[in-house]
Amino acid sequence: MGRLKLFIPLIFFAAMAGLFFIVLLDEDYDPQSLPSALIDKPMPVFHLPALLDESRIISVDDLKGEVALLNVWATWCPTCRVEHPYLNQLAKQEGMAIYGINYKDESVAARQWLKKLGNPYRLNIVDADGRLGLDLGVYGAPETYLLDANGVIRFKHVGVVDERIWQEKFKPLVVVLRKNALREAGQ
Amino acid sequence: MNRKFWQIPVSLFLCAVFFAPLSHAVIETYQFDDNAQRKRYQVFIEELRCPKCQNQNLSGSNSPIAEDLRRELHRMILEGQGDQQVVDFMVARYGDFVLYRPPLDKNTALLWGAPAILLFIGVLVVIVFVRGQKSQQQKIALDPLKLDADEQHRLDQILNEYPGK
Repeated sequence: MGRLKLFIPLIFFAAMAGLFFIVLLDEDYDPQSLPSALIDKPMPVFHLPALLDESRIISVDDLKGEVALLNVWATWCPTCRVEHPYLNQLAKQEGMAIYGINYKDESVAARQWLKKLGNPYRLNIVDADGRLGLDLGVYGAPETYLLDANGVIRFKHVGVVDERIWQEKFKPLVVVLRKNALREAGQ
Repeated sequence: MNRKFWQIPVSLFLCAVFFAPLSHAVIETYQFDDNAQRKRYQVFIEELRCPKCQNQNLSGSNSPIAEDLRRELHRMILEGQGDQQVVDFMVARYGDFVLYRPPLDKNTALLWGAPAILLFIGVLVVIVFVRGQKSQQQKIALDPLKLDADEQHRLDQILNEYPGK
């Protein structure tokens, strides 16, 4: 028993090391990621100009009617460039409604970016001073929100949306939300 | 060369090195109506955590999101909003993460409870340790020369090697 006591620190160390190692192996573990406070809350109210036609004012109602992605992006965000081709593909192949928030960006540069890299967005909201981003709890681009047909936020992903994230996290939710929307429309 | 002459710049340099991490990176200057408002602002930027950073308060972070939150905080304080309104505003957007002292609920129970639990374990360990030592000492005090069979055997050997003494 006396001898065994000497090994308690070692056993404790091994247990902690094992625990940390398991967390490290978890691909989805991101110490920066923050649970969103807005899940199951309605989209915050806003009135902001559209990127491609700044005389047009977009509001919450423009995002309703269909299950949609709301993608926060900017030309200064390198990860957004990585993500962009996949958004193009989602809009084209999956027929996903994608709205953009051009977050704290230069509108001229943003329009050039869309011309050059393609435009997967139905509408783009100009959020030059980041106030809408703040209301949404954005803390770094890219962030992608999933809205149901009533404009309620159902899910949020921080970081690149790629094939794996889409299939694992978004698609199952999108299927359910679309079904719900159909049922509500039928009533 | 005069020794004092180079001591001054060297100690200034060392001070700069050691105190550099303490100087905060905030660059904006905000105007306030009075000192009470300024004080509230200072307290809030110390107490609120930057959502982008792992462990920095709003006063210590240069990240754009921290700048935005400081701007909103300044606006709310000038508008005369109460402490609870400010906290609610931040929590509604970024969750309890922004509070360095989050409210006690089932998510934070471990966080709040851990110090008490660890203290309890520590006290327990100390008690067990001290008791063990005491009983050891008592054993020695009762019978200081009690040797077990091995020790007695070795003692006999040593004594036999030096028969003269």
